[in-house]
Amino acid sequence: MTTPRTNTAAGSRAPLIDGIEKVTGQAIYTADMETEDCLIGRVLRSPVSHGRIVSIDVSKAAALPGVVGIVTGDDCALTYGVIPIAMNEYPMARDKVRYRGEPVAAVAAINADIAAQALDLIELNIEKLPANYEPSDSRRPDAAQLHDDKPGNLEREVHHHFGDMAAGWAEADLIREGTFRGAETNHAQLEPHAALAEYDPERERLTLHSVSQVPFYVHLMLARCMEMDSSRIRVVKPFVGGGFGARTETLNFELICGLLARKCGGKVMMRLSREETFVTHRGRPDTEVRLKIGLTKTGKITAVECEVTMSGGAYAGYGLVSILYAGALLQGIYDIPNVKYDGYRVYTNHPPCGAMRGHGTVDVRHGFESLLDRMARELGVDPFAVRRANLLQAPMFTLNGLMVNSYGLGECLDKVEAASGWAERRGKLPPGRGLGMACSHYVSGAAKPVHWTGEPHAVVAMKLDFDGSVTVLTGASDIGQGSTTIVAIAAAEILGIDMGRVRVVTNDSAITPKDNGSYSSRVTFMVGNAAIEAAKALRVKLINAAAKKLEANPEDIECEGETFYVRGGSQSVLAFQDVVFAALAEEGTITVKGTFTTPIEAQGGKHRGGAVGSTMGFSYAAQVVEIEVDTDTGQIRIEKVWAALDCGYAINRLAVEGQIEGSVWMGMGQGMSEETRYVDGLPAHASFLDYRFPTIVESPDIEVHIVESIDPLGPFGAKEAGEGALSGFPPALVNAVADAIGMEVDFLPLTPDRVMEELIKMRRKARRKEVSA
Amino acid sequence: MKRIISLTINGRKAEDAISDNTLLIDYLRDQKHLTGAKKGCDGGECGACTVLINGAARPACITLAATCDGAEIETIEGQARGGRLTALQRAFHENLGTQCGFCTPGMILSAEALLRHNPDPDDAEIRTALGSNLCRCTGYTKIIASVKVAAEEMRS
Repeated sequence: MTTPRTNTAAGSRAPLIDGIEKVTGQAIYTADMETEDCLIGRVLRSPVSHGRIVSIDVSKAAALPGVVGIVTGDDCALTYGVIPIAMNEYPMARDKVRYRGEPVAAVAAINADIAAQALDLIELNIEKLPANYEPSDSRRPDAAQLHDDKPGNLEREVHHHFGDMAAGWAEADLIREGTFRGAETNHAQLEPHAALAEYDPERERLTLHSVSQVPFYVHLMLARCMEMDSSRIRVVKPFVGGGFGARTETLNFELICGLLARKCGGKVMMRLSREETFVTHRGRPDTEVRLKIGLTKTGKITAVECEVTMSGGAYAGYGLVSILYAGALLQGIYDIPNVKYDGYRVYTNHPPCGAMRGHGTVDVRHGFESLLDRMARELGVDPFAVRRANLLQAPMFTLNGLMVNSYGLGECLDKVEAASGWAERRGKLPPGRGLGMACSHYVSGAAKPVHWTGEPHAVVAMKLDFDGSVTVLTGASDIGQGSTTIVAIAAAEILGIDMGRVRVVTNDSAITPKDNGSYSSRVTFMVGNAAIEAAKALRVKLINAAAKKLEANPEDIECEGETFYVRGGSQSVLAFQDVVFAALAEEGTITVKGTFTTPIEAQGGKHRGGAVGSTMGFSYAAQVVEIEVDTDTGQIRIEKVWAALDCGYAINRLAVEGQIEGSVWMGMGQGMSEETRYVDGLPAHASFLDYRFPTIVESPDIEVHIVESIDPLGPFGAKEAGEGALSGFPPALVNAVADAIGMEVDFLPLTPDRVMEELIKMRRKARRKEVSA
Repeated sequence: MKRIISLTINGRKAEDAISDNTLLIDYLRDQKHLTGAKKGCDGGECGACTVLINGAARPACITLAATCDGAEIETIEGQARGGRLTALQRAFHENLGTQCGFCTPGMILSAEALLRHNPDPDDAEIRTALGSNLCRCTGYTKIIASVKVAAEEMRS
């Protein structure tokens, strides 16, 4: 690990280096790039949930003046998808449609009105098939099959077994089971989907601007689906208005936009409405978690059995990874000696699910932390004590081969316990008020990428030129999380220069090195390390030049505060610019690069699927939630949240706070109100009025505590900070409800109507007890 | 039907032909190339399109441009003068009141409207004033902090 040298840049509270653009309206997002010569692309979507396409007649639409190009499933016979072994989706449906809203055709016209009229003129003849909306429907023996190669509509099943379950149950003093359900949720990033494609038929080249978190995947899928040489494609990511996982996979509209641009030989802007953005989905699946936990009298975990069923939607997408994550990340947070996991990812006739912040872990953590709390109550053990009884000792490997090098969960527990006044206040709050707590964790990047090419996981290039400026080139996608700023901080810290000297150029495949993208919280860890390596390579060149000028040994040269001098030696000090001139005199403009590769021991267990969940370092979080329940309306009010997260080392304290606050709050949305709803496959939630995430009015104060366990492999010791705290909120809320009104709930979200239903059930039960007594 | 509207946008006089059904957001983005106001929803739900009309924060995506004849419009592009940030812009930048930035123009303008008539708002007043501006990144904590920092700077 490279330690921060001077802590002038690293460890500071740095405003985002692209923040000025955002507060002045100068930040250009994809939809802002429309020009007068753009054609407008619109998508025709399936009106049925499941059906056989009999015919698509576009002749009337094509004859409408102003329509320039139309594409259908016939224009692309190749599938796409994020997992190389599970690509089963076409940009536009061929033969069959499998969810309402699935693209079947698209039009490019000279304006939006004509494009919309043209969609109405396309004659679509689809023969309806029976549809399955619930996993239980999909798995019935007589259920209609979505994909020919997947009998029983089972996309993927996983069975993992570690340790000796029988021995684990035998050791337990208390064994309890529970079934928990979490609703399907959506990222609801504020920027609707958009893409701008420009095709040059003379040179057979395509340029695509898009909202992607992983432009590299988009590049690969454009080349595949358009059957183009990848060297003829350029993918650019402008400012992106949030992602949260929605834009990790290549999305159908990006490919359709490319296909349309080629068909028209021009420039096509495709802006999806909010409704279409919701329909494109890729959110967290509706998940059922059946858990069985064994505890000793003191709260030590002896065994855990978990069965997860995910309602995955109509295509494979990320499903394989989601169902593996759910099982793998049962581990890596507590010491669990025996684990059995069974996972089922089931096809349904809904928009496909995918990756969403806390991928695969949120519903399992909800079940686990809720059941653990109930059992602690039964044993008379404090919720903090039961967690402390099961802490890991780093460094270690879990049963499923996950490497844990740094572990600050104990300190997180201490911080939130003290800050919330847990010991003094719990059990002494007024009626209807309660405190609940839970823990959570998440990976700092997947140790094995989806596309296993043998390349380093991250490459960062740096250029130093005559003007004394340092230009950093990275393909890492800043989607608001502040990764571009992290790269600049790393360069400034290692080179001992002012951040104003550093410019970061990002996400243009014609200029920047390939990056595996912004997903699974990999960027700070991997790209941060690569940036440190690049800056070190540049520093070597500068130090050599300075040494020559100062007639000293390079080992004795120090660089900081934009100067170079001999450590403990003479008084002569060289200014940064003088050393730049000296270094350039040797070789001209200097370009260097740094890389990061994950060590083999971080890459997970040898069992099938063992790579998923593997990482260089886990973040750890603990949080306490204080609530008030209105027992007349079922309304829950979040009074305050205390959250502590072990991010290894806070390279940018301001951004770490922002990430913790944002993820806790997103967990609150999932706990309180967020859910998709479908009526016969028709999304009934596809607006911000119907898909309710918290407004500023109902959002609580979140008090953040940063724990720094200094990870031995992290950049300056850092780990991820943007996902780990999310999954702790829902169970902390559930546990707080139990504390406030003695009600045990096993579903999310806790909307007022659901809480009311439970309250009525509780009252009936109490009344029956009274009567029978 | 087209009609001519005369209005002031960020202190500049403008006179343009618009259709009766042209929305203010489309007029600003497509005809004036002021893309700071964003479309985040399908109409009136998210506040990302918020602009100031005669000093009041209004959603441009459900406002007809025709109703703005004679009005004074302020967008995010007109806030910084001579490239220097306003107190709110600086506070949002320095305190991470913005992450992805998509809600930020609307958020800042709603806060601007608040601070012009209430220079010392408490938390509840800030929450009410920004209640129709959605943010998906920050959890709002640092947005409230940013507004308070700006208010303090403007008072001193």
